[in-house]
Amino acid sequence: MRVRDDELFRYVLRLGDLSLVLGQRLGEWVGHSPALEEDLGLANVALDLIGQARLLLSYAGEIEGRGRDEDQLAFLREHGEYLNPTLAEQPNGDFGRTIVRQVLIDAFQLELYERLSSSSDERLAAIAAKAVKETRYHLRYSGGWLVRLGDGTPESRARVSSALERLWSYTAELFAEDDLDRAMADRGIAPRLADVQKAWSARIDALLAEATLERPPQDQFYGELWV
Amino acid sequence: MEDKHQWPLYEVFIRSRGGLDHKHAGSLHAVDARMALEHARDLYTRRQEGVSIWVVRSTDITASDPADADSWFEPARDKVYRHPTFYDIPDEVKTL
Repeated sequence: MRVRDDELFRYVLRLGDLSLVLGQRLGEWVGHSPALEEDLGLANVALDLIGQARLLLSYAGEIEGRGRDEDQLAFLREHGEYLNPTLAEQPNGDFGRTIVRQVLIDAFQLELYERLSSSSDERLAAIAAKAVKETRYHLRYSGGWLVRLGDGTPESRARVSSALERLWSYTAELFAEDDLDRAMADRGIAPRLADVQKAWSARIDALLAEATLERPPQDQFYGELWV
Repeated sequence: MEDKHQWPLYEVFIRSRGGLDHKHAGSLHAVDARMALEHARDLYTRRQEGVSIWVVRSTDITASDPADADSWFEPARDKVYRHPTFYDIPDEVKTL
């Protein structure tokens, strides 16, 4: 049986996988955070992300029309069938690296969800409208920590600087527009990634400036190859 | 002296609904007021407990000494006439 709308299915799955994988990564911190309060803080963000993944994967399952539900999509796919950007699955590392990964993705999701909340797909627009409120808080949390660590002690600064350098190259993939992105934009379902990138870049620059951190040079991402 | 390895303590006050007072909910550690607010949001409003949060450094609160309780609070115990319910209202008084 053919999937009714394979493009939309894959696009929604891609969004869901980003939240799913990042949420699972953050969940690894539970019981290991530097402070009890941060344990709860990180877990709250993780739970928001898992909540988003549930809504998106359920919807993807409905679009697919083969009876797969959120759990089957979340847990019963093979390695390689997950469509999340590679940045989301990068290991937690130390707290600083987790925060850098979080800032980069929070800002991306914020700009994306803001635009998706006026998507021509009503269901997606509703999910994005709910998620954008959560994401605004996520960026407040992660951004606050980035500034605190970047503009903090020599050690905290060194740690987030090296995390930024390490993770920065993965950000190009967030904006590497492929046929699916173009098709979604043409149908008015998703925004142009170039617009998202511009807004993301401005947000990140402002945060980096406040954290007194240098923006690493941009690599180019071509499909699977880093050049 | 403050322990450098322990974040300062903040007291958290939550307003559960518009129109109600902020009530003491608990305390938490944070490096500054902004972080204290965020932690309070994450720790004390997870189950829709509030619509507004106050945080204040615990060291900024001046508290009465429990050891003084007998001289501070006991003298009020036998002064029941301070409660309005102590008084019988004469029938002639219509609009009290």
